[in-house]
Amino acid sequence: MTVSLLPVWAVLAPVIGLCALLLLEGRLRPEWVAAPFIAIGLYLSISIAYEVISHEASLVYALGGWLPPLGLTLRADGVGAVLLALTALVMVGVSICAWAPADGAGGRGRSGFWALLLALWSALNLAFIAQDLFNFFVALEMLSFSAVALVALDGSRDALTAALRYLLFALAGSVLYLLGVGMIYGRYAVLDLAGLREIAQADPVTLAALALMTVGLMAKAALFPLHLWLPPAHASAPAPASAVLSALVVKAPFLIILRLWVDLLPLSAATAPPQILAGLGSVAILLFSILALRQQRLKLMIAYSTLAQIGYLFLMFPLMPGPAPWLDIGWTGGILQLVSHGIAKAAMFLAAGLIYEALGHDRVSELAGLARRQPMTLVAFAIAGLSLMGLPPSGGFIAKLLLLTAAVEAGAWWIAIVVLAGGILAAFYVFRALGSALAEGTPAVAPVALYRQGAVLALALCALALGFVPLRPFALLAIGRPLEAMEALP
Amino acid sequence: MNELLALALAFPLVLGALFIVLAASTRAALFGFFAFGLFLALAWVELEAIDVALTEAAIGGGATGLLLLRLNARMRRTVSLGQPAGPQLRIVAGLLAVLVTLVLGALLLALPDPAPSLAAATVEPLPTLGISNPITAVLIAYRALDTLLEIAVLLIAVVGIRVMGAERGWAGRPVPWPAAEPSPALVFLARLLVPAGLVFAVYLFWVGADAPGGKFQASTLVAALWLLAIMAGLAPAPRTGGGWTGIALAVGPLAFIAAGAIGLAATGSFLAWPEPVAKPMIVVVELALAASVVVALVMLVAGPPEPEAGR
Repeated sequence: MTVSLLPVWAVLAPVIGLCALLLLEGRLRPEWVAAPFIAIGLYLSISIAYEVISHEASLVYALGGWLPPLGLTLRADGVGAVLLALTALVMVGVSICAWAPADGAGGRGRSGFWALLLALWSALNLAFIAQDLFNFFVALEMLSFSAVALVALDGSRDALTAALRYLLFALAGSVLYLLGVGMIYGRYAVLDLAGLREIAQADPVTLAALALMTVGLMAKAALFPLHLWLPPAHASAPAPASAVLSALVVKAPFLIILRLWVDLLPLSAATAPPQILAGLGSVAILLFSILALRQQRLKLMIAYSTLAQIGYLFLMFPLMPGPAPWLDIGWTGGILQLVSHGIAKAAMFLAAGLIYEALGHDRVSELAGLARRQPMTLVAFAIAGLSLMGLPPSGGFIAKLLLLTAAVEAGAWWIAIVVLAGGILAAFYVFRALGSALAEGTPAVAPVALYRQGAVLALALCALALGFVPLRPFALLAIGRPLEAMEALP
Repeated sequence: MNELLALALAFPLVLGALFIVLAASTRAALFGFFAFGLFLALAWVELEAIDVALTEAAIGGGATGLLLLRLNARMRRTVSLGQPAGPQLRIVAGLLAVLVTLVLGALLLALPDPAPSLAAATVEPLPTLGISNPITAVLIAYRALDTLLEIAVLLIAVVGIRVMGAERGWAGRPVPWPAAEPSPALVFLARLLVPAGLVFAVYLFWVGADAPGGKFQASTLVAALWLLAIMAGLAPAPRTGGGWTGIALAVGPLAFIAAGAIGLAATGSFLAWPEPVAKPMIVVVELALAASVVVALVMLVAGPPEPEAGR
């Protein structure tokens, strides 16, 4: 463990940015106020990743010098550092793509967007490095409120309806999660993960509490059957908001579920919870890949694809049979799927947004001529699609290959079949859109700034670059595990 | 004796809940909700959780009730509420509620008794902070990060409410309500209650260091008084879009973070309170937080701003 303030600033810098936006509203353009904080956020995430890799140890800070169980700690471990870097990458890509300082004064779509984006960044960073069950709850509240408001940003009737539905799902999830936290406190009087790891037992109260928390988090992660809010939310949110929603927002509750069942109460792979989670994930992969094929609108197709790709994440639970799950290939495969889907899906939503701007619609069957008129965006879309299908070379390929190998090694044939079938279905829906765009045609195209297309392409290329990660348990993702309680202040 | 008192409090709670569910009109259900909130607050007092009781009375019963009442009045003007749920749906919902209650009850009974607790550990460091209410210490010291970020949640909610409004009204004032001339009784009540309530709010704020109370309860009270003054037409609703309301919203989190940095310089720990000046620093930060909470709560209840040109 290395003591460092960097994780604290990673959470607080965007909050300072939010305050600055409120303070300077009406005096400075919101983009210019937010820009330095986005740069600082990027710098902090890169520094954290660099420190974690170079010391091969997690960065820890006990706030106010109070140790758990009384106080709170923040800890950027290997997985945390990777996810902070993912968040920073997507945020920068989204910011460049949403950058339009030339349009008039700030309003809902401008001031609101940048304030909510910074709030979301703080929430995500906290969700990825918090170590305390109630601290997670605070992160989830920040996350849900800013994400719901982003969905409503368009202000149309559909957007408000979708936002309200999302809000109801998110709040129901919060209530269930908080109920579970209350029961854990009543049982152990400890909320710190490392502390709980030492004393938690698989008794009925603990299992019931973890089940409540998991169901609550599933609603926020949009895992089948609690997914109903996600497609309408994506259909009416602005493209940059959809990108962060699909790439990052649904990943934070997933990571907390993972930490509950790996860091807090490790169970053997043969028990019911990992099997149930993987079963729901499998249904999600098959059902939503087929539904994605049937969508008429590009954004809805990508939204259903997100629901299917979230399913892949939950496959990892029974694929970590070892006593140290973070050394199994199932762990590496799952986390890699999270990261590569995050980057690829952000690129895909942003590309869909640019296509909508260019054509004035996003009907999948009427994309003819796009390849000639907006090649850069379409190449980005295709590369991101490669990662979703799981074709080499791409992060999605490595992730799915690792999951497949883990499934075969564990003898879980049904998981192996689902992984393969999901890849084939993804190929169908990606090629359907690409085929339509490659057809001859001369549509009227509105100009889209080159730097915005470039940002999307750069994101897609990052997803491609992940394909060169070696095919084995990745040492970086095991840093900081198993969790150790902080015994004393250094 | 205690069991008798508990029963006497539980009875109106169940009755109140039934009244809310079975009330003929939404308006009647809402007034039931106000009463229910007060009885729930009394139940928390009986459980010796005075801080929770104050919060429940202020936020759970008061602010939420006011919000619902306003929503009810607004929705009757703009949309039809449709048919109430049929008997089948009500029976299913009722059965589900009973099931949830039974499961929760069973789980509560399975919890260890006496419950493990951190209460002793929270008391020990109190002298170094210069306060003697352990709940305030949890909020401002041990779990300071949670408190700081919960204020950020309030700011996010304020932005979220503005997002729900009209594009042209991004910066502006919410519609005053009631739109008609306020009744003389309401004006008189506001003139009477606001000054007295403010004095009590200052007391609540100061006493929080040593007894139940504190910045959240005091801020909620001030927000409620402000809303009363708005309703009586004595004060305008705060205007969104920078200016002094922007300063008030931002000052809480910024002061908290600045205090954290001072703690870092003085003791080497971010968000630590340096011992000799812990109490005065805490008071200053709490004042700043209170400003943010008051403005945020008033903005949340007052609703999204309306287009200024349209009026």
